[in-house]
Amino acid sequence: MASKTRKKQQATQVDQAAGQPNGQVVQLQVPSKPIHFEQTFETYPAGAYTHEELGLSREDLLAIYRNMLLQRRFEERAAQMYGKQKIAGFLHLYIGEEAVSTGAAWSIKIGHDSVITAYRDHGIALALGMTANECMAELFGKIDGCSRGKGGSMHFFKAEKKFFGGHGIVGGHVPLGVGIAFAHKYKEDGGVCLTFFGDGAMGQGTVHESMNLAALYKLPVVFIIENNQYAMGTAVWRAFANTEFYRYAANYNMPGALVDGMDVFSVMKALRKYVALAREYQPSVLEVRTYRYRGHSMSDPAKYRTKEELEAKKKEDPIIRLKSYMLQHGLSTNEELDAIDADVKKEVQASVEFAEKSPLPPLESIYEDVYAQPDYPFLA
Amino acid sequence: MAIPIEMPKMSDTMEEGVLVAWLVEEGQRVSAGDVIAQVETDKATMDLEVYDDGVLLKKVVKEGESVPIGGLIAVLGEEGEDISEILERYSGKKKAPAKAEPASEAAPAEAASQPEQSARAGDGAPAPAATAGDGAETRIKASPLARKLAREYGLDLRTIQGTGPEGRIVRRDIEAALARQRPAVEVAAPAPEAAPAPAPTPTPAPELLYESVPITPMRRTIARRLAQSKFTAPHFYLTVDVDVEKAVAFRQQLNELAEAQGRPKISFNDLITKACALALRQHPEINASYLEQEGEIRRWKEIHIGVAVALEDGLVTPVIRNADQKGLGQIAEETRALAEKARQRKLQPQEMEGATFTTSNLGMYGIEEFTAIINPPNACILAIGAIRDVPVVKNGMIVPGKRMRLTLSCDHRVVDGAMGARFLKTVQQYLEEPLNLLL
Amino acid sequence: MAIMQFREAIRAAMIEEMERDERVFLIGEEVGQYDGAYKVSEGMLKRFGPKRVIDTPISEAGFAGLGIGAALNGLRPIVEFMTFNFSFVAFDQLVNNAAKIRYMSGGQFKIPIVFRGPNGAAGQLAATHSTSTESVYSYFPGLKVVAPSNPDDAKGLLKSAIRDDDPVIFLESELMYSMRGEVNEDPEYLIPLGKARIAREGEDVTIVAHSKSYWIALEVADRLAEEGYSAEVIDPRTIRPFDFDTVVQSIKKTNRCVIIDESNPFASVSSEVAFQVQQRAFDYLDAPVLRVTAKDTPAPYAKNLIEYYMPSADAAYEACKKVMYVD
Repeated sequence: MASKTRKKQQATQVDQAAGQPNGQVVQLQVPSKPIHFEQTFETYPAGAYTHEELGLSREDLLAIYRNMLLQRRFEERAAQMYGKQKIAGFLHLYIGEEAVSTGAAWSIKIGHDSVITAYRDHGIALALGMTANECMAELFGKIDGCSRGKGGSMHFFKAEKKFFGGHGIVGGHVPLGVGIAFAHKYKEDGGVCLTFFGDGAMGQGTVHESMNLAALYKLPVVFIIENNQYAMGTAVWRAFANTEFYRYAANYNMPGALVDGMDVFSVMKALRKYVALAREYQPSVLEVRTYRYRGHSMSDPAKYRTKEELEAKKKEDPIIRLKSYMLQHGLSTNEELDAIDADVKKEVQASVEFAEKSPLPPLESIYEDVYAQPDYPFLA
Repeated sequence: MAIPIEMPKMSDTMEEGVLVAWLVEEGQRVSAGDVIAQVETDKATMDLEVYDDGVLLKKVVKEGESVPIGGLIAVLGEEGEDISEILERYSGKKKAPAKAEPASEAAPAEAASQPEQSARAGDGAPAPAATAGDGAETRIKASPLARKLAREYGLDLRTIQGTGPEGRIVRRDIEAALARQRPAVEVAAPAPEAAPAPAPTPTPAPELLYESVPITPMRRTIARRLAQSKFTAPHFYLTVDVDVEKAVAFRQQLNELAEAQGRPKISFNDLITKACALALRQHPEINASYLEQEGEIRRWKEIHIGVAVALEDGLVTPVIRNADQKGLGQIAEETRALAEKARQRKLQPQEMEGATFTTSNLGMYGIEEFTAIINPPNACILAIGAIRDVPVVKNGMIVPGKRMRLTLSCDHRVVDGAMGARFLKTVQQYLEEPLNLLL
Repeated sequence: MAIMQFREAIRAAMIEEMERDERVFLIGEEVGQYDGAYKVSEGMLKRFGPKRVIDTPISEAGFAGLGIGAALNGLRPIVEFMTFNFSFVAFDQLVNNAAKIRYMSGGQFKIPIVFRGPNGAAGQLAATHSTSTESVYSYFPGLKVVAPSNPDDAKGLLKSAIRDDDPVIFLESELMYSMRGEVNEDPEYLIPLGKARIAREGEDVTIVAHSKSYWIALEVADRLAEEGYSAEVIDPRTIRPFDFDTVVQSIKKTNRCVIIDESNPFASVSSEVAFQVQQRAFDYLDAPVLRVTAKDTPAPYAKNLIEYYMPSADAAYEACKKVMYVD
C-alpha cells in the first residue's frame, strides 16, 4: 500500500521533470497539524534463511562456497605477493566481505545486468566469474591483466561481464551506476545495475545526487552500501550524524532495507527482491552490514579497532557459516570441502605463476586506450 | 716573453688559411723575416714569416689544418719559456679571433661565417668557453630566424646592425644586408633549409658511393664570389662573330719579329687584352662597378684587365694593370709571368686584385662560344671562343675565312644593351683592323 | 546554406544527430520544458519527447556522471551545462571518469559523450561565472576540447563531436549565441576535430585565436590591412587535439605569432601554443611569441574593470605591431 502510493508520487515527479505537468495543483499550504513521517524498512538478518527457500541445490551451495573461498584465498595470496613486492600501489583487501559479492552475483544475470563498485573490487570481480589469472595478472601490472596492466588493484573492468569497474574516487562512480541503469531503461533491455559503494561514500554529495536522480527517473538500480563500519580508519559513528544508512532511502522516496552481509543467504534473499523491483524501475537502497578483517589497505595496521572486535566478527565469518550450514544439513563433508579448498589454492597458485609469466605491457602501449581515435596526435 | 703567432689576414677576402707546410722545426731558432710556414689562402699559397727573433717553441696546428684569421698557429720565445698562459688564452676559442671579439662572440660569429660547416652543430650548444670578463653587452642579439638566415647566407652577424628592440638583429636587417648583395626576393625563399632534411637513408657504406673532396679555400672563394655575382648581378649576354683573318696574320708578323728580337711571343689572347683595354678607354661606362652599399656606380679611371687562368683545381685571375697603356709585348710578357706564377701558386694577393674588366678564354679547348659569369665588382666579362676556319663569301666567291666569337656578359645594373653592344663593336673593330692596336 | 544564429546551428546539429541515431539524447538543466536557459534546445522537448530531452535537478555531478554511465552502457549523451562554470561541480566526473575509464579499463569501454554549453566570460557576471575552461579540460588526456567561433563551424564540429567515440568538451559562448552566419544544411556536413581553419591568409604575422577571440583577430587583421600589413588568422577550432602543424606552417611563412586567448594567462591555451611554436618553429621566429589574454586575476564585476580584464583588439593590434617591429 505504502509502496503503491510512493510509486504514484514518483510517476508524477518524473512527468514534471520531463516537462509534462499532469495538471495537479501543487499543494502550497502548510498543514496545521504536525507531520508524522513513517517508513518501513525490511531487514534480512543472518541465519534466517534456508537454501531450500532460496531454491539452491547442493551444487549451487558448493559453487557458492567455492566462490567465496576463491576470493579469500586469492586475496591472501595477493597480500603475500604484495609483501614480496610483486604487487605495488594500493591493495585493498575484501577479506571478510565475500558473502556480499557472491550473494549479489548469484542474484543477477551476469553479462546482462551491470555491476559497478569502488576500489575494493577483487571480490566482486571474482564473484562475477572473472578468472584468478586475469585478476592476479592485473595486480602484477602485466599485459594479461583484466585491464591490460593499466588499472591495477582499484581498477578492474570486464566489459563482457558488464562489470564497469573498479573506481578509485570515493563516491565518484555512483552517478555512473545511475547512468548505466539509465541506459538499461532507455534501451529497454531489462537490465539492472548494482551500484556498490562503502559507508564512507555516504558522505559524498554524488551519492545523494545519484539517489535523487535514480528515484526521480525511476531507474533500474540497486544501491548497495557495503557498511564495513570504517571509512578507512574513521568509524561510521565518528563521521555520520545518522549511521542508519538504509534510512536515507526514505529521503529519496525509495524503499530501503538492512541486510546482514556476513550471511550469503541473507544477501541473496534481499538482493533477489530488490533486483526484481529494479526491473520494474523501482530503485532501492540496501545497507549491507559487513566487516573487513584486514586494514583499509596494506599499509593500515587497523589500530582504530580492538582485537576483540575483530575476533568476534571472525566468528561470524561467511565462509565458515556456509561450511557449518552444509555440514549440519548433510549437504557436504569435511573431505569434500577440504578438497574444494585445495583446488582453490591450486587455482590461486596457478594464477600467481600465470601473472609472473605474463609479459609487462610494451612501452608503446602507453599511448593505447587513451582515445578511441586511432591516430590521435599525442604531444611528444 | 713568449709570442703567439696568429694566422694573419693575407688577402682582402681571406677568412681562414690552411697551414700547408711547416718549414721550421720546433726548437729551431728563427729571426724576424724568416719564413716558417706556408699558408694556403682562398687565393694563393703564401709565406708565413715571423716578425720577431726567437725559438719556435710550439707548432699549435698540424699541416693541413685550417685556422681562421687571428687563430693561434705557433708560439715563439726563448728556450724553456712557459707558454701555458698563451695556450690557455687561445684554448677554448682555439682558432678563434684572439682579441677582435670576446670569447662569447665566438659561437655565433663562427657559425655565421662558416656556413659550410655542419649547420646544426653550433645550434643550441653553449658558446664555447664563455670566459669570465665578457660584458653582457657583447652578446649578439638576433632573432632565431635572423641567426638561421645568417647561417644560410654566410653572413657574419657581427657586421650587421640590428634594428629591433635593444639592437636585436631581425629578419629585415638580414634582408637589408642581403639586398646589398642581391635582390631581396631571394630572402623569402631559403628553400633548401625550409624543406625538411631528407630522411637519412641507411646507406651501408657511404664512402663507397662517392669520394669526399674537401672544399679548399680557393674553391670556397670561387663558389661564394661567383654565386654572389650570378645571383646579384642581372646578367645579359651579347655575342659577336669577329673576322680575325687579319688579326691572325698580324699576330704571325708580330711573332716573326719577336722571334728575331728574342722577345716572348704574343698570344691571340694578348691581342684581345689590348683590344679590350683600348675599347674600355673609349667606353668608360663599361669600366665600372655597381656599388649598392656606397650608393653609386663607380667608373674606374684606370684600366686593369683580369685574365682568367685555369689551374688544376680552380682558377685565378691575375691582373694586367693599366693595360691600355702597355704595349703588346709588355702585355704578353706580364701575362705569361703571372700565369706561370699562378700555376705555381705564387701569385701575391695584389697581383690578383683590382681588375676592372676580365676576360676568359676557352678557345684552346675548342669551345666556340660560351657565357662567363661576371667577376665582381666588374661590370662585364668577355668570353673568348676558338678561332674557326669557316667558308666566307667574299666578292661573290666562297673562300676560307677565320672567325672568332666573343660573348660579353654584362651587369644590367651598370650596362644596358646598346652600351654593351657599342663596346663590343669597338673591340671587334680593333680585332678586325689590328693595326689600330699599335696606335 | 541558410543564415542561422549560433544557437540555431547547435540546435540543428543536435536535432540532426538525434534523428540520425536513437542513442543520442540531451540532458541538462532547463533543456526541456524551459526550452533551454539560452534557448539552444528550444522546441526539442516537443520534437523528441521526455525520453530524449531530459530536464535535471541542479545536480551537475549527478547528471554528468549519469551521462558518462549511460555512454559506458551504449548510449551517446549530450550533456548540457548551463555554463561551464558549473562544470566544476562535476569536475571529478569529467576528468576522472570521462577522461580515464577507457584507459584504466585497457580500452574495454568507450565513452561517446559530449559536454556542451557556454564557456568563458560574458560581460558583468563576476568571477565564478566567467571562467574560460578550455585549458583546464585540455590538460586531461582522454578528453577532446572543441571551441568553435561561428555558426557554421559550430554545427559541423558539434555533429563530429556527437559522432566521435571519445568524450568531447564542446565550448560555446553566451555572447555568440545570437551571432548569425551562413550554415551548411547538409545533414552529413561534418568538420573534423583537430583541424584548424586558416580564416585569412597573410604574410606578416600569424594570429591564432579561437572562439570569441577569433573575432578580435579578424578586427585586428582589418586594421593591419589598412596599414599595409597582412595578418594570417588561424582559428584552431579544436583545442585538444590542437592543430599545431597548421600554425607552425603559417609561422614558417610569417615568422611572427600572436595568440589571442580569453583564458587567464597562466598555463593557458596560449601558453601551450607558444611553447609548441618555439619548439617546432624556433628557427623561423623573428620575434618572441606574444599573447593577449585575460588579466591574471579573477574576472571582476564593474564595467570598466571587466572591459580592462578582457583581451582587447587594441592590445592584440599592439602585439602584432610589436612582433613586426613597427611602431
